[in-house]
Amino acid sequence: MAEHTVKSYDDDIHQLRSLISQMGGLCEAQILASIDALIRRDADAALSVVATDARIDALETEAEALAIRIIALRAPLADDLREIVSCLKITSVLERIGDYAKNIAKRASALAQAAPIEPMVIVPEMARVVASMVKDTLDAFVDRNPDAAAMISHRDMKVDDFYSSLFRSLLTFMMENPQAITPSAHLLFIAKNLERIGDHATNIAEMVYYSATGQHLAERPRGDDTAFATQAA
Amino acid sequence: MDMPIVPGHHGDAAPDLTTKITARNVNVFYGEKQAIKDVSIDVSLENVTAFIGPSGCGKSTFLRCMNRMNDTVASARVEGCIELDGEDIYKSGMDVVQLRARVGMVFQKPNPFPKSIYDNVAYGPRIHGLGGSKSDLDGIVEQSLRRAGLWEEAKDRLQESGTAMSGGQQQRLCIARAIAVDPEVILMDEPCSALDPIATAKIEELIDELRGKYAIVIVTHNMQQAARVSQKTAFFHLGTMVEYGDTSTIFTNPVQPRTKDYITGRYG
Repeated sequence: MAEHTVKSYDDDIHQLRSLISQMGGLCEAQILASIDALIRRDADAALSVVATDARIDALETEAEALAIRIIALRAPLADDLREIVSCLKITSVLERIGDYAKNIAKRASALAQAAPIEPMVIVPEMARVVASMVKDTLDAFVDRNPDAAAMISHRDMKVDDFYSSLFRSLLTFMMENPQAITPSAHLLFIAKNLERIGDHATNIAEMVYYSATGQHLAERPRGDDTAFATQAA
Repeated sequence: MDMPIVPGHHGDAAPDLTTKITARNVNVFYGEKQAIKDVSIDVSLENVTAFIGPSGCGKSTFLRCMNRMNDTVASARVEGCIELDGEDIYKSGMDVVQLRARVGMVFQKPNPFPKSIYDNVAYGPRIHGLGGSKSDLDGIVEQSLRRAGLWEEAKDRLQESGTAMSGGQQQRLCIARAIAVDPEVILMDEPCSALDPIATAKIEELIDELRGKYAIVIVTHNMQQAARVSQKTAFFHLGTMVEYGDTSTIFTNPVQPRTKDYITGRYG
């Protein structure tokens, strides 16, 4: 992109984008670390993830203040306007993703005290796909690449399938093992958190696409049908 | 894989527009130098039209073609066709004084006559033979000042000199003066560039209120102002009209790279 006549305007935008990249990198690391703590049943590692979330929150505050400053001082227009507004929205979505990772970590620390349950085996692969969505979305953001952003939503279908599958497994597992309802419920929420992170990554991809092109991506199909599940599921 | 695209929103495009001015293939020369190259545009009553572009791009020159103000520049030559309500304003026998009553103009620097506030507004109606009786003329003066948002400030000092008012009041007085002859079109050439932000806001509010009563064309260097007050925007560069479209589109998602570079501050 050509440079602005006012160089400090470019510096501001560069700094804002850099803050978002940092947030994205932290989010990806937090997702993987929370799942790692879950699998290794490491309560200390889980609590460390919980503590690290404050850094994401601090970055969000900083990015938001900078975006507001840019709007006030530069009155951005056209692609600049789309980018600043997208950045403002992306920071708040990343902060939410950080919260989900923190929540996974809290549940991981609780699950570390309980007996292991079998449906857990699906979670690492689901988390890997979700973390890669976050990473690739942020790469598309850094490269201002709408084509790469448009590809992200297809992986969200896969995440939804993971979630639906785990949901059904856990229902059956809970019916068969009523004594394991507490850890199963925690695991169900962990899977739901991952599924939500996938949705949020897709939302960010849509913002990246809009920022780069000025066009909105069409509403994507949803793969998660568990909201309609009945007793017979 | 195909990803369907949903087009962005494109403002409140009214289906039935009343076209006041139609310009087709307009070229303007100052001596040998061509200042406007093949510009075609429609100006409607319902929309405020903004002309933006860097200094020397021709936007003021083109604005001044619309009421033949360029006639006053000896070296200027206008080619092409400009019609007001379907009538060629450059045809022979056109009454230019009458034309300028129908297509009024407000300039960058407020230029009230060195006369009373009352006489400033009454000047046009008098020379055009409007407002026969004193009370008719009083009515026109009051209505014009009201429409220009100046009545409350001016009603108790109508006999004071127009030049004694503040800059913002003077500019609104000039707008009242333009309105007094009941024009169809008002051309504004950077009407706020000499005004403070509060006076500017009053003029912008006024433009909003006058929209629909008069076709308004405004030249401005203030991008945010163009975005705020207009529904249509034309971007001029080096004498050509690079892009013309809905203001909401021009300022969020312009089509032409030159437009984007200009409005985002990447120009030259």
